[in-house]
Amino acid sequence: MATAEATMGGMAHAHHEEQSFIRSYIFATDHKIIGIQFLFASLFFLLVGGIMALLIRWQLGFPGQAVPFGDPISPKSYNALVTMHGTIMVFFALMPMVMGVFANYLIPLKLGAPDMAFPRLNMLSFWMFVSSGTVAMASLYVEGGAAGAGWTAYPPLSGAAQYSGVSLGQQLWIVSLILFGASSLLGSVNYITTVINMRAPGMTLFRMPLSIWSLFITAILALLAVPIIAAAAIMLLFDQTIGTTFFLPADGGQPLLWQHLFWFFGHPEVYILILPAMGIVSDILANGSRKPIFGYHSMVYAIITIAFLGWIVWGHHMFQSGMNPLLGTTFMISTMAIAIPSAIKVFNWLGTMWRGNLQFHTPMLWAIGFVSLFTIGGLSGIFMASASVDIFIHDTYFIVAHIHYVLFGGTLMASFAGIYFWFPKMFGRMMSERLGKIHFFLTFILYNLAFFPMHLLGMGGHMRRIADPTQYEFLRPLQPLNQFISVSVFLLFLAQIPFVINFFTSLFKGEQAPLNPWKDNGLEWTVPSPPPHGNFETTPTVYHGPYEFSSPLVEEDFLPQNAPLNGGERKAATVGAGAGE
Amino acid sequence: MANESVMNEAIAMPGGVHAEPGMQVYNQKLGMWVFLASEVMFFTGLIGAYIILRFGAGDWALPGIPLEEGGTPLNINLTAINTFMLICSSVTMVKAFAAIEHGDQKGLRRFLLLTVLLGASFVGIQIYEYMELVHEGFMPRCSDELAAIVPNCHLFGSTFYTMTGFHGTHVSLGVVALIWVTVKAFRGQYSKENHGGVEVVGLYWHFVDLVWIMLFTIVYLI
Amino acid sequence: MDWLPAAASTYAGDLDKIFYVILAITGVIFVGVEITLLYFVIKYRGREGRKAAYIEGSNKAELIWTLTPALIIVGLAVASQNVWSKIKDPNRFPEDALELRIEGRQFAWGITYPGVDGQLGTDDDFTRYNELHVPVDKPVVFELTSADVIHSFFIPVFRIKQDAVPGLNTRGWFQATEVGEYELACAELCGVAHTVMRAKVFVHPRDEFQRWVSEQAQS
Repeated sequence: MATAEATMGGMAHAHHEEQSFIRSYIFATDHKIIGIQFLFASLFFLLVGGIMALLIRWQLGFPGQAVPFGDPISPKSYNALVTMHGTIMVFFALMPMVMGVFANYLIPLKLGAPDMAFPRLNMLSFWMFVSSGTVAMASLYVEGGAAGAGWTAYPPLSGAAQYSGVSLGQQLWIVSLILFGASSLLGSVNYITTVINMRAPGMTLFRMPLSIWSLFITAILALLAVPIIAAAAIMLLFDQTIGTTFFLPADGGQPLLWQHLFWFFGHPEVYILILPAMGIVSDILANGSRKPIFGYHSMVYAIITIAFLGWIVWGHHMFQSGMNPLLGTTFMISTMAIAIPSAIKVFNWLGTMWRGNLQFHTPMLWAIGFVSLFTIGGLSGIFMASASVDIFIHDTYFIVAHIHYVLFGGTLMASFAGIYFWFPKMFGRMMSERLGKIHFFLTFILYNLAFFPMHLLGMGGHMRRIADPTQYEFLRPLQPLNQFISVSVFLLFLAQIPFVINFFTSLFKGEQAPLNPWKDNGLEWTVPSPPPHGNFETTPTVYHGPYEFSSPLVEEDFLPQNAPLNGGERKAATVGAGAGE
Repeated sequence: MANESVMNEAIAMPGGVHAEPGMQVYNQKLGMWVFLASEVMFFTGLIGAYIILRFGAGDWALPGIPLEEGGTPLNINLTAINTFMLICSSVTMVKAFAAIEHGDQKGLRRFLLLTVLLGASFVGIQIYEYMELVHEGFMPRCSDELAAIVPNCHLFGSTFYTMTGFHGTHVSLGVVALIWVTVKAFRGQYSKENHGGVEVVGLYWHFVDLVWIMLFTIVYLI
Repeated sequence: MDWLPAAASTYAGDLDKIFYVILAITGVIFVGVEITLLYFVIKYRGREGRKAAYIEGSNKAELIWTLTPALIIVGLAVASQNVWSKIKDPNRFPEDALELRIEGRQFAWGITYPGVDGQLGTDDDFTRYNELHVPVDKPVVFELTSADVIHSFFIPVFRIKQDAVPGLNTRGWFQATEVGEYELACAELCGVAHTVMRAKVFVHPRDEFQRWVSEQAQS
């Protein structure tokens, strides 16, 4: 028994017994179920974070006015809102979306593996995530209120209750972060081991789809970055609870040490959030263009370069922190440099669409939207990379605009693309294209109406994290813009309703999904929708790369990775499971 | 499949084929190496913080100077013995692994048992050291009396206990894992062909030892 | 409408210039990329019977769109560095400046002036809260710290921002070029009253400033 477990990485093999509902769906070890569990969890936290955004924008647009059916938002609550909105969106909505949903669901399927290397560890990872999310939500209700020091939690404000008025809330915030870190770590170990060791024969590294490349590199980033924030968070917790003095200057502590540790993690963290999005978009753009991804090798090297450079730019968050200005120069250079591989990717995406045969299915619309909005987010980053311009725009709404363009316009839109794309495989049903398109257009338009003006607010000097801009004479002329943004955000929130309706009705009443509705080349499209436990009856053999669209060698405009080309092979489309004999 | 050495290169996949050659090690071993990389980063965070805080603080309680004169409160001699024991436990761990590589069940059991004992002793002595230090007033936040003598005492206490405490926790968890492996060894569940558990726990154990050698040098000796 | 605030210091214009240069470059790239995207969406939309061109890439294209951004980036970094150094390098702070000590605290700005003798650290120093008075056309060098948590000293019209960190003494400078009344804001979340941690900035003509200093000394 130990033998088989070691060879197959501890997973149950083909002849496993009927599992109870609890074993199959609650304490599931199947990567597909775990991926779906993460999906529901992420969407839930997206809703929570979104509601917080509504409250923030209410206060900013109409300072001091009572929330409909409620009370006015106090300054302390406002600080808690901005803190928890950021924390929940980054750690509980987006991170699990890319690293919990897509990494889990796609890696074994797209590599031809039966499951992850360590299925039980995978289950543990999900339930640790649930516990971390529970602690974070609990922190909203404790005495003293939730953490209010920003998602960046700079001490001394975060390190001592005397400064913030928050005690248990901040401690729970830290604990939830540590639990989250443990969950993330287990995930990373699984993804890295699986990608290295469990690729089907013929699936060489340079035949892996870009979604898998990006998830793989991202898992390495997470593996190495998350322990740093864990260490820092532990030190902060000790400062808060047992009288240590890591970050409190009175007894030799250094507030800037937290910033270095946090951002040494924090910057790789943002690449953790964007790289999988880029990978997913690459897969979908190639599919929608019916064309190979332009510059596949360059795209891989760009991912690796971004991941590598991401370790040496963290100081750009600290240009104005009191850190030695000479360091500012070095970080400016590395930060400017990282724009280059990002630009390369944008150009390669355009190159993919050039002379393509574009199919505008819903996932493709989101992917195109990603390219459009990520470009804006990336370009706005160049202003911040300039240490001198940053003197003015640091801690203003210019930064808020940038963050949201890359995380919402970037990661979230790519996540929607991925959800629409893989929903048929996950649930065996098609989503409504009509509702999908409505969701896309409303979101795209309202998103830009809401967030583009924030660049202008930032240019005007509008600071971040202030509860009432009207306190400042120089900001009063910008207040109409604030109101316009708030209304756009309210509508943007409502624009997600078509998605919610679509998602849930399709789950139960959607049209039956065929094997390969998007005529894609990935191995996941060669098995039933949804795939059975163990994925492939027999492990497929891979014969070519993932982007053989419109190949002159076959009649169809796609060629699954496991379809052999035996002289004159023309019916590539009908290749089913286990064709690797 | 039962006769095939499970510790060979490519992973067996359903349908009787082998995966693309990865790192040429079985999953559990690769997983442990990957996990240890994250552990390196974790201790780097803690140790890095210590280095920055200590060298930013100026005055420090140095080894070799009596406590009354503002020297280190730490018991270097006792900890040196403790360090030696931990290093010995790595040696016994290597010998345990070598034994089962040759199919020597008795050797495996003997050396695993020794490793557990040495490891547990390390933890025990460290707990004893903690108790002595606390008695002296040396804690994550020092007593007022000690803080008056030892420069940057609170900073020293904060960093000392966090680093060695987390290390000690890792050692303790390692001892638990070793006990589990030892029990399995006594039940004859390892063989020449199949002893991945021994190797993987061994890797973890060596890592924990290496971290301690670094900590002992940086925190006690320098 | 000019979205940037009025420029009221000597280096504000320099900083704004870099901003506009970056705006111009990113603007061109932005328009170029979005128009190309739109053009492709229209021109290459799927039609019955068409097949996409089976093109895997182009090394030449990769080279061009790697080197071009690289060159632009080098230029921007060099241009930015000069202004960065001018504003933030203590070795380049102007001589013969009015010295101030500024302390941020929850939730006010304490500014210590050197008094009539013009020397900080002497008996005639005085401290005022939430009012920064400076003479026009004279450099001001300040030493900045915090009494409690991290704050950030931000005067939009001067384009100066510097974090105030407890346990650290950071330094900065500016030289006001326009007489008037402006605002100082805290630009780092510092607690429940962060929103109202603002101060007034008064830029006086030279002689008026001297008079103000004498008046303060007397009270």
